[in-house]
Amino acid sequence: MTPPDRPRARRSARGRFGEKAVLLALAAAATISVLVTVGIVVVLVEEGALFFTDVPITEFFTGTQWFPLEGKFGVLPLLNASIVIALIAAVVAVPLGLGSAIYLSEYAPERLRRVVKPVLEILAGMPTIVLGFFALDAVTPALQMVFPGLGLYNALAAGIVVGLLITPLISSLSEDAMRAVPNSMREGAFGLGATRRVVSLRVVVPAALSGIVASIVLAISRAIGETMAVTLAAGTIPNLSWNPLEGMQTITAYIVQVSKGEATRGSLQYDSIFAVGLLLFVVTLVINIIAVRIVRKYRTVYQ
Amino acid sequence: MTTNVDPEKTAKDSPIEIHLAAGAADRGASQQASGAQPGATSSEPSLGPPIFRLQDMGVWYGKHHAVRGVTMDVPRNAITALIGPSGCGKSTALRCLNRMNDLIPGARVEGRVLFGDEDLLSSDVDPVDLRGRIGMVFQKPNPFPKSIKDNLEFGMKVNGIKPTAERVEQALVDAALWDEVKDRLKAEAFSLSGGQQQRLCIARAIAVEPEVILMDEPCSALDPIATLAIEDLMKNLAERYTLVVVTHNMQQAARISDQVAFMTVEGTAEGDRTGVLAEVGTARQIFSAPKDPRTEAYITGRVG
Ligand SMILES: Nc1ncnc2c1ncn2[C@@H]1O[C@H](COP(=O)(O)OP(=O)(O)OP(=O)(O)O)[C@@H](O)[C@H]1O
Ligand SMILES: [Mg+2]
Repeated sequence: MTPPDRPRARRSARGRFGEKAVLLALAAAATISVLVTVGIVVVLVEEGALFFTDVPITEFFTGTQWFPLEGKFGVLPLLNASIVIALIAAVVAVPLGLGSAIYLSEYAPERLRRVVKPVLEILAGMPTIVLGFFALDAVTPALQMVFPGLGLYNALAAGIVVGLLITPLISSLSEDAMRAVPNSMREGAFGLGATRRVVSLRVVVPAALSGIVASIVLAISRAIGETMAVTLAAGTIPNLSWNPLEGMQTITAYIVQVSKGEATRGSLQYDSIFAVGLLLFVVTLVINIIAVRIVRKYRTVYQ
Repeated sequence: MTTNVDPEKTAKDSPIEIHLAAGAADRGASQQASGAQPGATSSEPSLGPPIFRLQDMGVWYGKHHAVRGVTMDVPRNAITALIGPSGCGKSTALRCLNRMNDLIPGARVEGRVLFGDEDLLSSDVDPVDLRGRIGMVFQKPNPFPKSIKDNLEFGMKVNGIKPTAERVEQALVDAALWDEVKDRLKAEAFSLSGGQQQRLCIARAIAVEPEVILMDEPCSALDPIATLAIEDLMKNLAERYTLVVVTHNMQQAARISDQVAFMTVEGTAEGDRTGVLAEVGTARQIFSAPKDPRTEAYITGRVG
C-alpha cells in the first residue's frame, strides 16, 4: 500500500511546473516568430525608404522601363511578368488541382487515395530549381514544336512549371475542404436520385467553395513568390509584355539577379531590391488577407 | 418497474399508451410473418396490396452479416414502422429499399426485394433512377447549404421535373412548412430551426414526386412539438405515399403506423451478431398481442 496523499500532491506540483515550462517555451516561440516577421518588415521598409529618397514613388509605379544600370526604375515590367506567370500557372493548376481533388475526394477508392495523395504532396516538395531545369529541358522544347521560333527563355514554360508546382497545393487543400463536407449531405443528394457527378459538382464543391477558393488564392500567392523556377525558365531580361511567348523578368528573378551579382551595398541598385521586395511582400500579403477573408465570410459551419 | 404483459390482453390493458393510426384496423386480410418466426401466421386484418416484397433479404458489411433472412411485405399507401433495439440493423434494412447500401464500400445485399414486379436489387436496376422513385429522409436534418428554394429545386432538376414556383409551394404546403417560410424562400436553409430543417428535408423528398418515402428516425433530433407536427405530416402523407419509418419511439410507432416490423439481434454459430426480423404484423396486433416473446419484452420496455 502506498500512502495515498503525498506522492499525488508532489506529482501534481511537478505537473504544474511542467505546464509552466511548456507555456513559456510556446510563448517564446510565438514571440520570436512575431519579432522576426516585424524585423523583416522593418528592414524592408527602411531600406526601401532609402531607395525612394532617390527614385520618386510615382516613377517607380508608372515607369515602363526597368534598367537599373541606366537609372530607369519603372517596376511595371517586373510586376507584369510576375502577374503573367502567376496567371498562366493558375490556368494550369486550377483545373488540374480541382480535378484531382474532386477525383480523390469523391471517386477514388480509399486505398488509391492513400497512395496518390502523398505522391501529389511530394510534387509540392520538389526543389523548384529542379522544376526550372525541367522547364528548360522538357517544357520549352515541347512548346517549340507547337510554337516554332519560341525562345529558350519564355513566360509560358515558366508559368506551366509553376502551375505544376502549385497544383498539389490546390488539390490537397481543396480535397481537405471537400472531405470536410459531411457525408450526410452527400447521402441527402444521392437519396434524391442524384448521380455521383451531380453530387460532386452541385453539392460537395459548392459546400466546400470557401476552402477551394482560399486554396486557389493561396496557390496564386505562392506562384507570385516563386523564384528559382521562373529565374531559370523566364530569363532575366525585363520586358513589359503580355505575350507569354516572350522572355521576361519577374520581381523575384530580379532580386536573385542583384543579390548574387556585384551590386555594392548602398548603391541604388542594391537598395532597389528592398523596394521590389517590399512590393512583393505587400502583394502577397494582400492576396493572403483576401484568402482569409473569403474563408471567414463564406465558411459554412456544419453541425 | 415494468410489468410483463400477457400477450392475450387487449390494447386497452397494454402498459404503453396506444393510439392506433386511424383506419389501421380496417384495412383487410392477413400477412405472413417473417421467416424468423416460423408458424407465426396471423388472422389480422390486412393492409392492402404490397408495394415491396422482401424475400430472405440480408446485408453483409464485409464479413459481418449485419442483417439476415428478412421476409415481409410492405403495404402500399400505409405506414410501416421498423422498430427494434439499437444496432439490430433497422437502418441497414431500410437502406436496402433504395439501394443506399451501394454507396458503402464492402456492403453487399442478398435475397430479393420486389418493387412492383422487378427485383430492385438486380443489377439491371439503375439505383439513381430508383432513388428518384423512393425518397429518403434521414435521422439528422441534412439540407444543402443553399437557399430553401434551391434545396427543393435540386431534386426536381435531378429528376427532370421542371422546378416551377407552384411545385415548390406545393411541396412546402405538403410538408407543413409553407406558412413559416413563404416570405423567405431565398433564405439559407441553415437559418431554419432543426424541426423546420427536417420538414424542409421532407418537402425536398416530396418535391421529387416519389412513390415511397423512407424515413430513418426522422424525429430523433426534434422536440416533442416538432415531433408531433412531423407525425401529423406522416399520417397525411400516407394517403398518397408509402412510408417506411424507423423509430425508437414505441409511442410514435403506435401513433402513426399501420404495420410494425420488429427486428432484433441474434448470435450466430460463428460468433457474429446478426439482425433478424422477429415479427411483423399490424400495429394493433404487435402492440396488443405480440407473438414473439422478444417483441413483447421490447415493447413493454424490459429490453432495449
Ligand atoms: N457502414 C457500415 N459499415 C460496417 N458496419 C456497419 C455499417 N453500418 C452499420 N453497420 C453495422 O451493422 C449493424 C446494424 O447497424 P444499423 O445502423 O443498421 O443499426 P440500427 O438498427 O439502425 O441501429 P440504431 O437504432 O442505433 O440506429 C451494426 O452492427 C453496425 O455496426
Ligand atoms: Mg439506425
